[in-house]
Amino acid sequence: MTQLRQLLEIIWTFFKIGALTFGGGYSMLPMLQRETVERQHWLDENKLADYFALSQCLPGLIAVNMAVMIGYQQKKTAGAVAAVIGVVLPSFVIILIVAALLSNYMHVAAVASAFAGIRVAVAALVIYSVYGMFKNGVKDWFAFVIFIVALILMLLFNVSPIPVIIGAAIAGILMGQMRMCR
Amino acid sequence: MIYLLLFWEFLKIGVFAIGGGLSTLPFLYQLSDKYGWFTNSELTNMIAVSESTPGPLGANMATYAGYHTAGIGGSFFANLGLVLPSIIIVIIVWRFLSRFNENTKVQNAFWGLRPAVVGLITAVAVSLIQIAIFTGINSGLFGTVDVKALILFAVMLPLIFIFKKHPVFYIAIAAVVGIVCKL
Repeated sequence: MTQLRQLLEIIWTFFKIGALTFGGGYSMLPMLQRETVERQHWLDENKLADYFALSQCLPGLIAVNMAVMIGYQQKKTAGAVAAVIGVVLPSFVIILIVAALLSNYMHVAAVASAFAGIRVAVAALVIYSVYGMFKNGVKDWFAFVIFIVALILMLLFNVSPIPVIIGAAIAGILMGQMRMCR
Repeated sequence: MIYLLLFWEFLKIGVFAIGGGLSTLPFLYQLSDKYGWFTNSELTNMIAVSESTPGPLGANMATYAGYHTAGIGGSFFANLGLVLPSIIIVIIVWRFLSRFNENTKVQNAFWGLRPAVVGLITAVAVSLIQIAIFTGINSGLFGTVDVKALILFAVMLPLIFIFKKHPVFYIAIAAVVGIVCKL
């Protein structure tokens, strides 16, 4: 019984985090800290920072990776699954409602115009994000070459992202080894 | 069958989209090309909806794309595919490699991987500009310029860089401008 209660508590905590975070990534840190560190005392701030750094380096969504780590630490695999359900559930419900509404109203002229405007804003917002990522991730000539190659492969040759990502990781490992040998 | 296909495609995204947030975008862009589950301008709408509603961007995208393709069941299987690799990989890495991100090989891999992800997302950004500002993309590389959209873009971009407000703020303004100016 306590087992079930603890799992429900994990679901509820991560449900709140999922429901109150807009945009994912860094924007979820304050909510995570309040719910898991200050309220539940599941971990301390240093550990949260460690988990966050690791989450960014592993495949998958940052929010989901954080949920897996904290949930697993509490209640092993069942806890990890509970935390993931909690963090994804708000998106699932909200987006289903929005998607159902959109497909019913998209043919209304005003709604279509609104989205034509919104698409312009999204293009500008993505450029802003890319600018920040570029400043953080492209700091030397090697990184710049990889950036250009990936950009051209995707833009002009429509290559799937998977071989680009694998190739870039291998290139990084090889370059790193060459750097050490010199 | 469509459920299985959705599960499989989003499973691949779950394994290869590293770095969170927009890193799912190049994959989704490919999906719209490959299967026609949604158009590129629907994908842009999806980004706007994701930025304006709570929850991680990737999960929002999986729900939206799944619903578009195969209803609620589609959403379920797309999300399942997306989160399953995280659960498995994170638990394994966490148990066996507690110093995973201090390993030199891992750091070197990310030295190459990070700029590649930025490059891929930049390519998507170029396409988003095409979709938002140019009409009739089929006629030539960029088609004809939608002047109203171009002006809105030219005003919006510096505002975003200067004021750094929440994305919802700019999305709301752009929606109002879109309605008023009949974009």
